[in-house]
Amino acid sequence: MTLNTLTIAAARDGLRAGEFTAAELTDACLSAVDAARALNAVVHPTPDLARAQAAAADARLKAGDAPDLCGIPLGIKDLFCTEGVPSQAASNILTGFRPEYESTVTRQLFDAGAVMVGKLNMDEFAMGSSNETSAYGNVVSPWRRGNDTTALTPGGSSGGSAAAVSADLCLAATGTDTGGSIRQPAAFTGIVGLKPTYGRCSRWGIIAFASSLDQAGPMAKTVRDTAILMRAMAGHDPRDSTSADIPVPDYESMLTGDIRGRVIGIPREYRMDGMPAEIEALWAEGRRMLADAGAVIRDISLPHTKYALPAYYVIAPAEASSNLARYDGVRYGHRAALSQGDGIVDLYEKTRAEGFGPEVRRRIMVGTYVLSAGFYDAFYNRARKVRTLIKRDFETVFAEGVDAILTPATPSAAFGLGEMASADPVQMYLNDVFTVTVNLAGLPGISVPAGLDPQGLPLGLQLIGRPWAEGELLNTAHALERAAGFVAKPARWW
Amino acid sequence: MTIDTDTARKVAHLARIRVAEADLPALAGEFNAILGFIAQLDEVDVTGVEPMVSVTPMTLKLRADTVTEGGQPARVLSNAPDAREGFFAVPKVVE
Repeated sequence: MTLNTLTIAAARDGLRAGEFTAAELTDACLSAVDAARALNAVVHPTPDLARAQAAAADARLKAGDAPDLCGIPLGIKDLFCTEGVPSQAASNILTGFRPEYESTVTRQLFDAGAVMVGKLNMDEFAMGSSNETSAYGNVVSPWRRGNDTTALTPGGSSGGSAAAVSADLCLAATGTDTGGSIRQPAAFTGIVGLKPTYGRCSRWGIIAFASSLDQAGPMAKTVRDTAILMRAMAGHDPRDSTSADIPVPDYESMLTGDIRGRVIGIPREYRMDGMPAEIEALWAEGRRMLADAGAVIRDISLPHTKYALPAYYVIAPAEASSNLARYDGVRYGHRAALSQGDGIVDLYEKTRAEGFGPEVRRRIMVGTYVLSAGFYDAFYNRARKVRTLIKRDFETVFAEGVDAILTPATPSAAFGLGEMASADPVQMYLNDVFTVTVNLAGLPGISVPAGLDPQGLPLGLQLIGRPWAEGELLNTAHALERAAGFVAKPARWW
Repeated sequence: MTIDTDTARKVAHLARIRVAEADLPALAGEFNAILGFIAQLDEVDVTGVEPMVSVTPMTLKLRADTVTEGGQPARVLSNAPDAREGFFAVPKVVE
């Protein structure tokens, strides 16, 4: 057996028992990274840092001071600022940027002894659902449709994280989720991805996209690993004024698998016209599995669901247009070459035209438009009012006793890279139809691999929980994971 | 509502992103597709609904008005494309 295929839980136990060292485990992952260039998942490998961290972890293990993540090799999404290591949000506008500081989440992971194998590919500024907007080029999913060699998307925006975990290049990875960017790629690659409650993980040092929606979270091979990683990522941070000062429980200890009597809502508005039969069947199967485990299934209504995506495509670009105003060619990153006589506005306009890719430019300009004089009320304020109604839908069902909500994670299995190229931008946005409501309402949501489509590609189910109830949500996910018994792995071709 | 080439040009300038004149019609077309999608929001009755300010109920914490991390100009400037004598350098702004 190769060490890089272990779960976090198994590696933790093996390290503590002295069956292998963190150095050996790290070398196994670094070798896997080297052999997986074809996936383009790891864009800035950090082998020297990883070996140094592994040596420090081995010393801690020997001293008996070993937190759960001590010596565990992780991949870190390129959106996280990591001190001295390139961090460019997969954008050319941040070419060469090496942060002078460490994001709170990665600081916490490293303090817990985690090892970073490298920075992971993603959609540029986390804007995308297929990892095709990256300045580093596409990530290729390790999964294929049977013997068909068509290159598939791992999903996005955390596509590098999903591919790296699924292909065993690291034991788990960090992701971020603004409209589905953890859960959709997790579903496409047969892994688990958790978007925590807004405010659970510090956003400090994470390159901002839409600040009222962005949230970091774990992506891992199992629900147990997700729980272990989640505990280390979460917690209050005085540097993020929206981070919640609420104690972080030991999520792993809450995984009893006992969900008897818990009320699971099935929202009728998530049954979309034209939904593929296999998604419909998977959802029905998930409902049956939770009922068999003793949960009480209840049909519910979330009436404003269909307005979530349009509200998102006002709010997220609006916030992005403000957040990305900082990329001006002055303080960091790319600066355009200027012509004789060019002034400061030419510097801004040329730098931003060269540095941002087409999707990012489009979203900044849409955001600029909806915030501009005369349209602010018609678009931005209306979208924020609809957001209030979307959140109220969830509050109503939770007040009526629903503990968690079961939905499909995505409207389809992974599609081929380039297959959406001719579609208008809105077609791509529809990928997030089941996940985006959760960001607008600030709730925790988790994607659990639950089956394969007829072509052998993974499909995921999503569970949505009450605010701050990640522990209960993980336990329900654990019950679903056990019942689904998903064990498929991509056949290695890379 | 339809966005024409003039509006697209104006928005690009507001966003400080240079767009070639020849690319403006296509950009306007993309804006129109997205705004057409957003227009669904007009169907929702939002009478008496407050626009969301904070998704989780919270009040911002206060802290002492003191310098927490300062006095490190070299680190602040370390990623600048052009820094001179402890400052960010830009083209002439004032004639």
